[in-house]
Amino acid sequence: MIRIPSVPVRFEDALRSGLPVVTCEIASGDGADPDEIVRRARLVRDHVDAVNVPDNTAGVVHMAAWSAAAILAREGIDPIMHVTCRDRNRLALQSDLLGAAALGVRNVLCLTGDHMVHGDHPNAKPVFDLDSLQLVELATVLRHGRYLSGREIKPAPDLFPGATENPFAPPYDFRPLRLQKKVEAGARFIQTQITFNVERFAAFMARVRDLGLDRTVPILAGVAPVRSARAARYMRERVPGMEVPDTVVRRMEQAGGERARREDEGIRICVEIIERLREVKGLAGLHLMPIHWEEAVAEIASRARLAPARAILAASAAATLREDGPAGARVEDRDGVLLNRQREQRA
Amino acid sequence: MSISVPVPVRGFFQRHPRLTRALEIVVLPFEAASKKAIFGCKMCGQCILHETGMTCPMGCPKTLRNGPCGGVRMDGRCEVLPDMMCVWVKAERRSRWLPWRGAILRIQPALDWSRKGSSAWINVLAGRHGKEAS
Repeated sequence: MIRIPSVPVRFEDALRSGLPVVTCEIASGDGADPDEIVRRARLVRDHVDAVNVPDNTAGVVHMAAWSAAAILAREGIDPIMHVTCRDRNRLALQSDLLGAAALGVRNVLCLTGDHMVHGDHPNAKPVFDLDSLQLVELATVLRHGRYLSGREIKPAPDLFPGATENPFAPPYDFRPLRLQKKVEAGARFIQTQITFNVERFAAFMARVRDLGLDRTVPILAGVAPVRSARAARYMRERVPGMEVPDTVVRRMEQAGGERARREDEGIRICVEIIERLREVKGLAGLHLMPIHWEEAVAEIASRARLAPARAILAASAAATLREDGPAGARVEDRDGVLLNRQREQRA
Repeated sequence: MSISVPVPVRGFFQRHPRLTRALEIVVLPFEAASKKAIFGCKMCGQCILHETGMTCPMGCPKTLRNGPCGGVRMDGRCEVLPDMMCVWVKAERRSRWLPWRGAILRIQPALDWSRKGSSAWINVLAGRHGKEAS
C-alpha cells in the first residue's frame, strides 16, 4: 500500500511529469446530499490523480457538476468537471466555467453531451448552442482573459480544458482527425470512451501517432469493469457509441449469477484490458469509469498495479524536502518496474 | 476553403443595404426551396455545405458543425434518430470526392443564431459570411 504524503500535486503537473496517470469517474449525486459525493470520492481518491464528475450523464438529471466538483476540491481532490453543450447556451457555459474556477475547479472536460431522448426528460428543448470543439475553444479563450464577445476578464480563470474522443464509433477514419481538431482548438488532455475492443483502440492510436498527437497531448484510455452479463448486454445494445465484443458478454454469462463470481470476472476482464493497453504506444495513462461501482477501483488498482503519478511526485518532493526520505525512496522502488515500462513505450 | 468574394463586390453590397435587403427578399424563396429540396437545408444563413462534403450539418439533431458526436451507432446511424444515417458519416464519405477535401478539417466557429432564416448567398456577397469571432 502506498502512503501518499500530503503534498498537493495538480492533475496538470501529474500529466506534465510524463509518469502514467490514472483518473476515475464517479457517479454524480442523485439528490442534495454532499456526503454521498464525498463517500464515493473517498473510495477512489488514493488510487487516482483526479476524479471526474459527470454532467447529467445520459440526459438524466443529477446534482450540478460544478457543485459536485467544488465539494471534491474542498476535500483536497483535484476534480475534472464535465461540461456539456446539451443544457446551456454560450452565456451559461461561460458563467458556469467562471463560477467553477472561482470554487477551485480548473480541469474541465468539454463534451457535446448525450442527447436527452435517452434520458428522463426526453421532451426538453435541446440547446447545443456550441459543440464540444467550440466549447474547448471557449475555455481556451476564457483562459486567455477574454469572453467570447471579446470583452476582457479580470482576472482570467485558470482553466485546464480537456476533451474526449470515441474510437469505437463510425466514421472510424475521421476520429483521429477530429481529435487533431480538438487539440488545435486548445484541448490539453484527452480521455477516451470505454475500451473493450483493444484491436480497434490500437488501430486508432496508430493513426494518432502518425499525426504526432501523442506527443502534443496526453491521452488517457477509458476502461471500465462490467458488473454482470445484463450490464454488458445493456451497454452493447442500448448505449450508442459503445462497442462490447461478444467475447466479453459470453465470459460474463459463463461467470453465472452469483454476485462474487460475476464481479470477480468483470474485474478480471478489466485488468486484462489494462494489461493489453500497456502494450499500446503513446498512451499517457488510464481513465477508469466504474459505472456506479466505485468499490471496484481499489481492487482493479491493486490487481493491475496501478499507481497515481502524484504519489510518486509527492513522495519525491517530500524526499527532497527531508534529507533522508525513506518513504519516497520506497515508493520509487515499489513502482520502478511499472514506470520504466511505460517510459520505454513512450520513447 | 472558405468562400471569399472580391472586395469591390462586398463593398458595393455594404454601401447599399436597402438594395441588398430587396435582393434578399427576391433570392430567399429560391435559395430556400432549392437547398431544402437537395440538401435538407435548415436556413442557418451561414452555409458551410461545401466544407462538409455537401452534407448539411444542421440536419444533425445536435447541430454539430465540427464533426460527429460519440454516439454514432456501429452501423453508422444516428443515436437520436435511428432511421437516419449520421450526417457526419455521410459528410466524411462524400468529402473524399471533393477536390477541396481538406476543408472538413477547418474549425467551424460558433453559429450566429441572429442570421437564422437569412440568405446565406446574400451574406456571402455582402461579406457577412464566416466573420464571426469564435
